[in-house]
Order: sequence, then structure tokens, then C-alpha cells
Amino acid sequence: MTSRLHVDWTRCDGHGSCTDLLPDLLAVDDFGYPIPRSGERDPAIPRRDEDAARHAVRSCPVMALRLYDARR
Amino acid sequence: MTATAVPSAVNRLLDGTGGDQAAHVAKYGDLPHLPLDALVRAVAGSRLTGRGGAGFPTEVKLRAVAAGRRRPVVVGNGLEGEPLSAKDAVLLSRNPHLVLDGLEVLGRALHARRAILATGPDIDPGPVSTAARSRRIEVAQVTGGFVAGQETALVNQLNGRAPLPRDPFTRVTESGVDGRPTLVLNVETLAQVALVVRWGADWFRSAGDADDSGTSLFTLSGSVAHPGVVEAARGARLRDVLEPAQPWDPAAVLVGGYHGAWVPAQDLDVRLTRRDLAPYRATVGAGVLHVLDSGTCPVAFAAEVMDYLASESARQCGPCLNGLPRLASDLHRLAVGVRDRSLPAEVERMSALVTGRGACAHPDGSARFVASTLDVFRGHVAAHLEGWCPSRRHEGTS
Repeated sequence: MTSRLHVDWTRCDGHGSCTDLLPDLLAVDDFGYPIPRSGERDPAIPRRDEDAARHAVRSCPVMALRLYDARR
Repeated sequence: MTATAVPSAVNRLLDGTGGDQAAHVAKYGDLPHLPLDALVRAVAGSRLTGRGGAGFPTEVKLRAVAAGRRRPVVVGNGLEGEPLSAKDAVLLSRNPHLVLDGLEVLGRALHARRAILATGPDIDPGPVSTAARSRRIEVAQVTGGFVAGQETALVNQLNGRAPLPRDPFTRVTESGVDGRPTLVLNVETLAQVALVVRWGADWFRSAGDADDSGTSLFTLSGSVAHPGVVEAARGARLRDVLEPAQPWDPAAVLVGGYHGAWVPAQDLDVRLTRRDLAPYRATVGAGVLHVLDSGTCPVAFAAEVMDYLASESARQCGPCLNGLPRLASDLHRLAVGVRDRSLPAEVERMSALVTGRGACAHPDGSARFVASTLDVFRGHVAAHLEGWCPSRRHEGTS
């Protein structure tokens, strides 16, 4: 089962912990905000990144991230 | 009540009776009340889509709210935050009872806890307030600008919060007003529902084409002799819908408003359906048709629109807050003739960067407008990069 990462843009301040933890998945845009390298709105999380993604959700200082089941 | 005349093929919405309920009932007959399953069937059969801008199938929203466990709230969205649109104001002034009929029939079928008609600052609340007196419908006069009509922003405002969009992860059909499943429909959509329940899905689809049915209200503006609101079938030709306004020297028509896209003047025979407008990345949206004449510089026009759109950002989401002013500033540089050949590619890159990265449709719609401007007016943009403006060819300016 694939998970996807959702960013609540009303919360995200571009703190940068998610882009540090998920460098293969997320780049940093011109303004310091995370941008999925795949171009997807809510990027799919490869299995090898699942632990890092869970860590990113927990460590976001403004709680802007969540993981959800991709069948949604 | 006596049987009433079936409305004509395309003049369905605007020939109303104002706030006079007796005249309304005499004209349209009593409002039939359908049980939920019959109402869902009728709306599904009509293939009605939302008339507020996004064009989402009304049936899908209705089913989502009907599936909720708690009694829902139904909301009529009369914010009309788009400056080029006046159709909701005209509809609510000429035919408020038809809008309220739609809200009432949905509210009853869904056993809604509340039915609310929300009017924006540019809508005269008088006729609809008068019309609502005899019904169990609240009229809420709400505030806000361009993004306040996004349904999550309207729900926030009705819940006593600021009129700002929220993260759409939890849909308002699951949790909206008072935390209840909430059906938010544009006021024109509600009026269309009121017609569907009276005369049926087949009658509704007698206007329009197979996959884009019924009629829509259109607001005609820009370089026209007679700006105003008209009703036309979906699938009518752009040229024919514009005709009563008498466009003057059109270079292109902005279809769908500031979140819309351009159709160049040589393509005025295009039909106003989802499918026919797709090559232009345009949609009928809320029915805005704005004519740009060939003496007006489209790049300067677009730069001013982008100033407005940047200023209307809710300033919640970083990519929109930062990216829209950047787009406006680069469009202004192009408009005044800064000969930097990297500008069009930079504008395209920034449009892509903001797309899909906000809580509401504002960055995506703004990016769509900018991308269409660069595409449809690419020759014009190229002229600017060579130091001249085709719109000013008759003035002899450099």
C-alpha cells in the first residue's frame, strides 16, 4: 500500500526539516518551501522513504504534514 | 395550483418575479418536494455542473453530503468575488425565489439542520431577504474579496472565522458549517436545481449538448457597447453569446474570468462547452466573457490583472504569497518593453511552481491565466522583446 504526503500550505512556513529528511522526494523552491520533485500534488512515498516520511511528519514544527493511504 | 407554462429552451432564469412570492408561484407553480433518492436521480439525469466556477458535477457533491451520518447544512454561495462577474447579483435581484426554491428542495430532501443563503458585499441582499421571510432559510451577508467565495473560505466565515480558505484535506462535504456535512452550491446552480425538480432532467438537457447540458448565465464586459448578463445554452457559439453586447474590434475574449483563459478573435466560432474550450485551457467557469480590443495591450492588461490577483492572495500559503507578486512583476517588465529574452520562460517556470501548491484554487487559476496570456499572445510578447507593441501600431510610439 502506497502512502502519500500531504502538505497543509496554510501552515507550512518553509522551516525545512522535511526537505532535509526527504531530499530524494522534496526539493526547496525559490522561496524556501518544499516542492515535490515528481511534480505531484501529494507525492507518493517510495518504500525506502517511509520511515523518513513518518519522521518528517513528526518533526514538522508547525504540523503541516500528514501521510495518508493513497487509495483515498 | 394551476399548471404553469414550461419555460422556453434557453430563457429560463432571468425572467423572474423579483421578491413577489405569489407572482413566483403563479409563474412557476408550487415547488414539488422530492424524496432524496428521487432528487439525486433527477440531478444525476440532468448532468448539471456547478455554475460558480469549478464546474464540478452537482450529483457528486449531493451524494457525498447524503452519505454523511449527521444532518447536513446546505449553503447557497452568492459571494461573487470575481470582479468581472455580475450574474449572481442579477439572478438574486430578478429571481430570488427560484434560488431559494433550489436551497429549500435540497434542504428538505437532505433533512438539513440549516439552510443558509450567503450574499457577498456586491450583492443587494434586499430581494432575497424579502423572499426568504416565508421560508426556513437564513440569509447571511458576508464579507470578503476574490478568494472569500472559495467554499472552504465561505464555510470558515459562516463558522465565525476569517474568510480565508482552509486546507482542503478534509472536505466540506464531510465537515463544514458547524462541523456538519455541508453542501455548498453557487446560487445559479440552485436555481437550475429548482428547474430540474419542476420540469425534469430531459427538459433540462434539451438545452446544451450531450456532455455539457442546460443553460448558463454569462456576464459580458470589456470592449462591448452593451455590457450585461445574458443566458445562453451550453454549447452556444462564443460569437453568438457575445452578439447582444456588440463587441468592438475584439482581439481575444477572456473566458472564465481572472482564473480563466483567452480565446483569440479568429476562433469566436468555438462552442462554449468543456470539450470545445479544453484546447484553450479555458472553461465556462462562472460565465465571464471579457472582450479585449486590439488597441489594448494584452501584456499590460495581464500585468494589471496579476497585480490584482497577487493582492487578493489570502497570504496563507507560501508559494502563492511569494509567487504571484513575482509573476506580476515579470509581466510588468514584459509590458513596459524590458528586452530580457529570459522573461517568458521565467514566467512559465513561476506559473508551474505555484500550481497545485496552495489550499485553494487561487494559485492554479492565476497561473492558468498567465500561461494562456503567454500562449495566445506569443507574437505580441515577441514584439515587446523586440522593443515595440502591436497594440500601439496606430499611434506611432516606439
